[in-house]
Amino acid sequence: MYKYDKIDQQIVNERVAQYRDQTRRYLGGELTDEEFRPLRLQNGLYIQRHAPMLRIAVPYGLMSSTQLRKLGEIAKRYDRGYGHFSTRQNLQLNWPKLEDVPEILAALATVEMHAIQTSGNCIRNITTDQFAGIAPDEIIDPRAIAEIMRQWSTFHPEFALLPRKFKIAVSGTTQDRAIVQAHDIGLEFYKDAQNQMAIKVWVGGGLGRTPILGTVIREHLEWQHALSYCEAVIRVYNIHGRRDNAYKARIKILVKALGIEEFRRQVDEEWTHLKEGALTITQAELDRVAQYFEPMPYETLPAHDASFDTAVASNPAFAAWAKRCVHGHRVPGYRAVTISLKPHGKAPGDITSEQMQVVADLADAYSFGELRSSHEQNLILADVKLSDLFAVWEKARAADLATPNIGLLTDIICCPGGDFCSLANAKSIPIAEAIQMQFDNLDYLYEIGDIELNISGCMNACGHHHVGHIGILGVDKDGSEWYQVTVGGKQGNDASIGSAIGPSFSAEEMPGVVQRLIEVYLQQRSDEERFIDTVRRIGVAPFKAHVYAEQKEGASAS
Amino acid sequence: MSNLIQLNAANGVAEIVQDAWTRVIPPAAGEESVRKQAGKVVLFKLTGEQTYTPEQVANTTIPASGKILVPLTVWQARKAELQTRMQAGEVGIVLATHETAEALKAEFNDLNSLPIIAIYVERFADGRIFTLGNWLRTRYGYTNELRAIGDVLRDQLFFHKRAGFNSFLIRADRSAQDAIASLNDFSQPYQGAVNDVPVWRRMNRA
Ligand code: SF4
Repeated sequence: MYKYDKIDQQIVNERVAQYRDQTRRYLGGELTDEEFRPLRLQNGLYIQRHAPMLRIAVPYGLMSSTQLRKLGEIAKRYDRGYGHFSTRQNLQLNWPKLEDVPEILAALATVEMHAIQTSGNCIRNITTDQFAGIAPDEIIDPRAIAEIMRQWSTFHPEFALLPRKFKIAVSGTTQDRAIVQAHDIGLEFYKDAQNQMAIKVWVGGGLGRTPILGTVIREHLEWQHALSYCEAVIRVYNIHGRRDNAYKARIKILVKALGIEEFRRQVDEEWTHLKEGALTITQAELDRVAQYFEPMPYETLPAHDASFDTAVASNPAFAAWAKRCVHGHRVPGYRAVTISLKPHGKAPGDITSEQMQVVADLADAYSFGELRSSHEQNLILADVKLSDLFAVWEKARAADLATPNIGLLTDIICCPGGDFCSLANAKSIPIAEAIQMQFDNLDYLYEIGDIELNISGCMNACGHHHVGHIGILGVDKDGSEWYQVTVGGKQGNDASIGSAIGPSFSAEEMPGVVQRLIEVYLQQRSDEERFIDTVRRIGVAPFKAHVYAEQKEGASAS
Repeated sequence: MSNLIQLNAANGVAEIVQDAWTRVIPPAAGEESVRKQAGKVVLFKLTGEQTYTPEQVANTTIPASGKILVPLTVWQARKAELQTRMQAGEVGIVLATHETAEALKAEFNDLNSLPIIAIYVERFADGRIFTLGNWLRTRYGYTNELRAIGDVLRDQLFFHKRAGFNSFLIRADRSAQDAIASLNDFSQPYQGAVNDVPVWRRMNRA
């Protein structure tokens, strides 16, 4: 992974000093709340329901074991001994003290980490596929360009105060796993007819209050122009974005209002001035950064391993885990492993300091000392030998990190919601936990098969509920908490936004509602059809009918 | 004491200097209705929105002598009476963040005929000021004094500087002396800026 040189280190050190001084001035009354707000937000610090929340950047989800250990230490020392992985691959601490944040940042800087631009109206952490570099279906490893973009966007002087937040995702696979269509800018890397690295650029996607999938603004962009083109897009947005209304301030609204043709025209006009300038990425710079993402020093291994095969055959629990939590790898004899942060009945994405140490140890022992976080809120060991899988499983299981539910109904994507977040309309974690307990039967989960369930506590959609096969959204009705249900959302190349099935439900009703949606699916599915395929084939109506039919007999929801 | 920071033209060092320019400020509009969007008071004008009504412009008092900073809208309506002073180098223009660089360019074929352009940011969180600065410097080749005025606070100064500004009128209730330090918050920024190239072109990082 990328290693800091003197320049990188100096920037994070200077940031610590800068933020320390800003905090001092705020606590000393020299900065008003309003003035301090964008400063702390651009450093990932929210003022939440019970305490501040600090969001620490994990650039494109890649971490070293040393970094994870440090995060564990920080969570223990400055928080309550746990952290939460978010849907943008970052780590959130729920209980730090505002006055401790400079110290936390100083500790992070010792392991080449920071909280820069994890919030606020600026370019946020760039996200990508958690299997970047090792996925069998990968065409281009997007991480070198992602790192170049991270540096370009860090304290960008022109885009420090945009109309609204700005999220960029990059992906280089045939099967998109980075939801590039749900980002302000999505960069899809591919090889063009000349076998050169090129980029298909999506713009104007985003979830939130007005969910819209992105539109292709440029089919073919040479990689050398990745920065200049993004700069042109964001410049047009900076000037013309709707600053008068925070709900309409995202780039998607501007793109929609102008129409993609006109927006493209304005971007292209801007781009002609930037195109061949200093922003053009040189081969030398790409090479400098790309050397950090060279393939690991893999051993030459056979494609099969007898001990693994035996363990699968003789140990059903291990076999179940191997089926759900182990993924293909481009190098023979290696696999990627998902460490499930979704044990039934616990907050999705949460991990204790002790568990962080365990995962860091696993990474050191079995996966070249590196790991990744996924937007599904799990951790990944990307390079594990087949012959080591059993040992990894045993150790992960002992730490409650091996729930074999990846990609299943209880692998719920869930925002912190009303338990922590001050923007929430409703709690989301207890809903996730209740659904997990309702379906706490592995055989039944396997029977249901691949499905994605996403929960957001409000329409900011941090839980990406619009693209969940089943999406749950917390809504406020006369001061009480209700939940609206959508079905048919999907991430990936054929992404779609889910449709609401009808009036909302109370928290108590939610496990039953999910149960009834599943019943319809199990009844209607044909052969190998996944939940989402069935929804796409038969539409929302049968689901709606079954869910509300039962309700009419019982108590009615509003 | 003056609250104006200026980068010394010769060595780039920031110093506090006396302000030679007087801002011409139109009178407040009659009954300005509070605009709301989605239940919230609108804090920012949209790019291209009107800045002053013709009435406000007409009722603006322009000092009879001395160097004056005139809002673009006032200049547009009353340039005839300002012509000789402009030629004497006594008129600078104030552009608000929701006004466009094109509108300014339309008035002055050669922007360098202006001794100073000031960009007025009503609220510090309005990042359009950075793009405007950048455009004036890189697109329109403006080389004279470019000044940030309005809600100008020290925590944005580093960005202002990199966006091409070379003078900064710190908001009256804050200390310009304290603010100077923030012009040097970072010693080797990653990306290029006005008059700067990306770090990988600036030095050898290999
Ligand atoms: S979706 Fe809403 S409730 Fe959930 S974390 Fe985001 S802002 Fe908070």
